[in-house]
Amino acid sequence: MQGIAHVYGDNIDTDRIIAGKYTKTLNTQDLVDHVLEDLDPGFRERLCEGDFLVAGENFGCGSSREQAPLALKKAGVGAVVAKSFSRIFFRNSINIGLDLVTVPDHKIEQGSSLSFDGERGTLAILGDNIIYDCAPMPPIMAEIMAAGGLVGYLKNRDSYAFEGDLV
Amino acid sequence: MSPQTFSEKILSFYSGMASRAGDYVVVPVHKALASDTTAPGAITAFRAMNGGKVYDPLRLHLVIDHASPAPSSKVANLHQMMRRFAEEQGCSLHDIGEGICHHIMIDKGYVEKDEIVLGADSHTCSYGAIGAFATGIGATDLAGIMKTGETWLRVPHSIKVVLRGDLPGGSTGKDLALLLNRKLHDQSVDTGFGTLEIWDETFSSLSLHQRLPLANMAIEMGAKNAIYLNRNEKSRFFPDEGAEYSHVLALDLEWLQPKIALPSSPDRVYDVCQVTGTPIQVAYLGSCTNNRIEDLRNAARILENKKISKGVRFLVAPPTRQVQLEAMEEGVLQTLVAAGATILPSGCGPCVGTHLGVPSDGETVISSANRNFQGRMGNPKSQVFLASAETVAASAIAGFIKDPRDLGGEACKA
Repeated sequence: MQGIAHVYGDNIDTDRIIAGKYTKTLNTQDLVDHVLEDLDPGFRERLCEGDFLVAGENFGCGSSREQAPLALKKAGVGAVVAKSFSRIFFRNSINIGLDLVTVPDHKIEQGSSLSFDGERGTLAILGDNIIYDCAPMPPIMAEIMAAGGLVGYLKNRDSYAFEGDLV
Repeated sequence: MSPQTFSEKILSFYSGMASRAGDYVVVPVHKALASDTTAPGAITAFRAMNGGKVYDPLRLHLVIDHASPAPSSKVANLHQMMRRFAEEQGCSLHDIGEGICHHIMIDKGYVEKDEIVLGADSHTCSYGAIGAFATGIGATDLAGIMKTGETWLRVPHSIKVVLRGDLPGGSTGKDLALLLNRKLHDQSVDTGFGTLEIWDETFSSLSLHQRLPLANMAIEMGAKNAIYLNRNEKSRFFPDEGAEYSHVLALDLEWLQPKIALPSSPDRVYDVCQVTGTPIQVAYLGSCTNNRIEDLRNAARILENKKISKGVRFLVAPPTRQVQLEAMEEGVLQTLVAAGATILPSGCGPCVGTHLGVPSDGETVISSANRNFQGRMGNPKSQVFLASAETVAASAIAGFIKDPRDLGGEACKA
């Protein structure tokens, strides 16, 4: 996966990803139309399919609205890279199949070209010779992600049915 | 078994696996809920995962409170979708005006101590105030619970917060919650994915309306959940002596002053007297935070025989229909309305910025809610301060941010 980095700061809350007034919908285009509207009104125009949204600590804090990762995914964000993610946003993203990359010490700059290798768990800044090892995803989340999200994971099951080797 | 925290104990018990912080477990979910922001997505995902019948409809509550009553035909149709689903599945539907989901669940006894509660609303952590392990999830996770009756959780690490002394007059549970948020921030405590164990060692024990903001704002403090603990109250899962904590913090309540969170982050907390005089145009008393009958009474006491300042809109959204009735019977609502309050339907109202009082460009709001992110109340060009019901009421009268203790120049001495 390759794309350009769109870089923001720490503590980007879900209200700034998609404001509460736009969340009362099942039409994902309604979400896409207003994604990051208050934070960066030019974002939608600059974003190319597969680009990376890059942030600092605690990305996605605040509300439980799944519309936040959904808006990013449907707008074309390939993956979100952050130093850390807020808990509910993390679960929601995996559940709807949006890739998250945790790199606690990244120094990615606006406009950098990034390449993410999910299998190896590495994120490279192209042209800079910098390769980060990403924090591994818990196995249960990796399994859900591999199924394309929680709907795919639970479609043919009636329970989570882990066998005690979740770690 | 080595000593365990509350979270390790309750999650070990219900998962049937001796577990420690950092382990992953699958647990039954005793109660689940969704609001009109999240239920339509959950219903859609439930159908997409071949949900069929809800695992146990008696454990599921759908609440119409976030945009209630419907401000548009689009929202009206989502509400209708929830009503139809509840009828089809036999789960509870709490329609417009019944109240804010978390107050309903506590007041009607739908959520109980020692239960595991997951809700598609981030303030589901509120039930820690009554002794439940409770945390927020998103719509698709809720759909999974609707289908399976269970979910997976990472067992959180725990932070021990010990409360000593007693709340002084004029200071409230909300002030305490704001102070705690500031302390955790100042000490760079890693709250992420963790449990805040709130040990009440005060002389007279906090009452529910004082406990609630502490648990409710656990999410603003970055935690997964909070649990209120008191040695004088029995709990099946009381932490063991010697349990391991990632951080321990003690707060002496004796010196607690009324607190306020500055725009636009709930952890930018200062004493109210440090920002006294900041003009406000909107005062909002409502939300799932500090909006119990006691808070309404205290606000009414301050507003008795007074009028709000010219140029201030004072919005009051009672927590539930039941509390609204009580407040009517006691004359509390009469006092508030006589002072100039506009009473809104019981629900989330302006807190989520959808309708019922969106501020205009450049306006300043003082709010009793839990969030003041940029744009939270529907206008990114407005700013929001967070404080207690008492501070909101005192500020509504003054027309500027004001310490409710009315100490004049004395207030800021400390």
